[in-house]
Amino acid sequence: MARTPSHPALADGAHPFPHDHLLGIAHLKPWEIAFLLDEAEQWVEMNRARAAKHDERLRGLTQINAFFENSTRTLLSFEIAGKRLGADVVNMGVAGSSVKKGETLLDTALTLNAMHPDMIVIRHAASGAVQLISEKVDCPVLNGGDGRHEHPTQALVDALTIRRRKGRIAGLKVAICGDILHSRVARSNFQLLASLGAEVRAVAPATLLPDGLDGYAVESFTDMDAGLAGADVVMMLRLQTERMEGAYVPSPREYFRFYGLTEARLAKAAPDVLVMHPGPMNRGVEIDGAIADDIARSAVTEQVEMGVAVRMACLDVLTRRRRGIEGWA
Amino acid sequence: MNGPIALTGGRIICPATGHDGIATILLKDRKVAGIGPVEPPSDATVIDASGLVVAPGIIDAGVFKADTAAANAGGITRMVLMPDQSPPLDEPALVAYAQGSGKPDVWVHPLAAATRGLKGEELAEIGLAKAAGAVGVATGRHAIANARVMHRLLAYAHGHGLTVVSHAEDSALTAGAVATAGEYATRLGLAAAPAFAEALAISRDCRLAEATGAALHIRQVTTAEGLAAIAAAQARGVNVTAGITPAHLYLNDMAVSGFRSFARLSPPLRDERDRLAAIEGVRAGIITILSSGHDPQSQEDKRQPFADARAGMAGAETLLALGLGLVRDGVIDLPRLVAMLSLNPARRFGLIAGTLQLGAPADLMVFDEAAPWRIDGRKFHGAGNTPFDGVPTAGIVRMTIKGGDVVWRV
Repeated sequence: MARTPSHPALADGAHPFPHDHLLGIAHLKPWEIAFLLDEAEQWVEMNRARAAKHDERLRGLTQINAFFENSTRTLLSFEIAGKRLGADVVNMGVAGSSVKKGETLLDTALTLNAMHPDMIVIRHAASGAVQLISEKVDCPVLNGGDGRHEHPTQALVDALTIRRRKGRIAGLKVAICGDILHSRVARSNFQLLASLGAEVRAVAPATLLPDGLDGYAVESFTDMDAGLAGADVVMMLRLQTERMEGAYVPSPREYFRFYGLTEARLAKAAPDVLVMHPGPMNRGVEIDGAIADDIARSAVTEQVEMGVAVRMACLDVLTRRRRGIEGWA
Repeated sequence: MNGPIALTGGRIICPATGHDGIATILLKDRKVAGIGPVEPPSDATVIDASGLVVAPGIIDAGVFKADTAAANAGGITRMVLMPDQSPPLDEPALVAYAQGSGKPDVWVHPLAAATRGLKGEELAEIGLAKAAGAVGVATGRHAIANARVMHRLLAYAHGHGLTVVSHAEDSALTAGAVATAGEYATRLGLAAAPAFAEALAISRDCRLAEATGAALHIRQVTTAEGLAAIAAAQARGVNVTAGITPAHLYLNDMAVSGFRSFARLSPPLRDERDRLAAIEGVRAGIITILSSGHDPQSQEDKRQPFADARAGMAGAETLLALGLGLVRDGVIDLPRLVAMLSLNPARRFGLIAGTLQLGAPADLMVFDEAAPWRIDGRKFHGAGNTPFDGVPTAGIVRMTIKGGDVVWRV
C-alpha cells in the first residue's frame, strides 16, 4: 500500500504538516495529503473494534462544530471523531442562533473565540467564509464545507477509500460525474486526486461544468459513455432537485437518461470499477439503486466509515502543536 | 474669499487651450485671470510651483459618494455623482439637494436616475431633473434589463439633451454573479458570469443609441470584446464614449484570490487578456474618460464572505497617482491623462470647467508627478477599502484649488 512519499522537503526532519488550519486541499502539498491519509489508517482499525473505541489524546480540549448550513452526516462524523479522541464536543446549529438575528459572521467568530475552543469545525454556505473566520480566531479551524469552494475532509475521505480499495491513487482514471458547477466536493477532489497523480475527468451536461477546468488538469466530458470509458473509479455527485426542473437540466428523467449511472453505462468503465458517492444519494436520478447497494463495486458506506477516521486524524494533527507534542512545537 | 493667487514656476498643462509649459497662472475673483509671463498684482499670494505640474482640477465622472475630504486630497474639484443614493436621485428635489451637497469644497454634478427607484421599469422625471441641475441620467449600478425601456430612455433623454450613462452588464447573465467566469472563479467557488456579458450589453445599447441619436456613455468598459463593440459603434458615428477606472487597468481576476473582498468590484475584475486590452483601449483613444469609481464601503460591508461583501472601492485619493502609471508606462502622455481626468468629462457632461482658459473657473490641482508613496487605506480621508492597499506608486497632489480657494495643501 502506498505510504507517505519520501520527499526532499521532509528529509531534514521538516514538519510533515506545517499548517494552522485545514481550509482546503489547494494549500496542501502531495506529501502532506499522504501524511493525513497515513495518520487516518490507525483510526480505521480502532473504529472497527467491537469493544471500546476510545482514545484520550484530545481530553480536556473543546471542539466546536459551528454549522451555518444544514448537515447530518458531516456534522455527525466530526462529532463522533472528536468524541472518540476524548474531546468535549459542542455543536452549534444555525436555527435560533444569533446568526439568524443579524449578527455579522465576524462577530459570531469573535464570540466563539471568546469561549476558548481548541478547534472549530465550520460549515457555511458562502465560499470563503471559513477562511474569513479562521483569520479571527486563535485555534485551528477545519473547513467542513464552504459554499462551492472546498470540502477538504470529504476529498481526504474519498482518497483514503480509493487507496484502501485500489492500493494506489497515482495512475488511476477517476471520473467525477454530475453537478460539478455547484460542487465543493468536486473542487477539492480535482485538486487532491490530480495532486496524487490520478487522471481526473469531469462528466456533466455543459450547463453544470464550470469554466477553467483545464487549469486543474481535469478533462471535461459531456458524453458520459466517453467519460466513463476505462474508468477505475466513478464518483457520482448529488444533483439538487430544484436544479433539475428546467434551470440547468430539463427534468430528472432526462438527466437520468443521459447522466444516470446504470449497469449499461457502468459497463464502459474498467471491469473492477469502484463506484462512489459522497451522499446523500438521489436513487434513480443520478444512480441506479442496485449499483449503490452492490458492496463489491460500491464504496458508498465505506466512505462514511472512512469519514470518521479521516476527521479523527485531522483533529489530532491540527491540535498537536497546542498539545505540545514533541516535534510539533 | 481669498485674494488673488499667482502660481509661479509650474508646468501648466491645459488640453483645452493646448498650453503645456512653464508659466505663471493668476487666479482672481474665482476665475483664471491670466496665464503666461504675467506679473502678479501686489495683493496676490504668490505660490511657488517650481517642479510641479499645474492642471485643471479633476472632474471625477461617476462617483457613488460625494466625499469632499477624499476628493480634495485627490485633486478632484468636481464630482459627477451617480444616482445610486439613499434614496435614489429620481426626484427633482433630490437632484437639487445633491447638487449643493459638496459646496464649497467640491461641486457635485448629479446624474439623475434614469428610471423610478432605479428599477429599470418606468422613466423618471429626467426633464425636471435637468432643470434641477442634473447633468445627465444614469441607469445606476445595473443595466436596464428591458430593451424597450432602454430604447425609450435613450430617445427621451436625447430630446432633453442629456447624456445617458449606462452600466454594461447583461442583467440576466450576471444575476447573482460576483466574479468573471474563468479558472480563478471556479477555484474559489464563486458564482461567475461570462466576460462577454459586457459586450452583449454594449452592443445593444450602442445600437439603441444609434437608432435614437442619443449620447451614450459607458462608464466602465473592461473587456476586449466590449472595447471592440465600442470602437465599431464609434466608427459608425454613434455618439458613444467609454470610461474606465484604474482597477480594471491595473488588476486582474487573480486579485480576488484569497477571497479579498476589497477586490469585489462591479463589473468584476477580468482576466489578464482583458486587462491588457483595456490599456490598449486607452492608448487607442477608445476610452477617453478615467474616473475613480469612488464607492467607499464600511468595514461591516466589506469584512464579509466574498459574495456577501458589497462591491466597490474607495478611489478618489488614488486616481491621479494610478493614472500617472499610464504616463510612466508610456501608454499616453501627460496632457492626454489630464484631458481624460478633466476636459473630456467636462465636455461629455456639458460642464464649463476642465480648462484654464481666461475666465474659466479657478479649479486647479498642483501635483508632483514623481513623488513616491505607498497606498495605505488606513490613511484615507474616509473609508479605506482599496484593492491597491500596500501598492507603491508615485504622484502626490500638493494643492487643490476650488473656485480660487485653496482647499488642500501638503
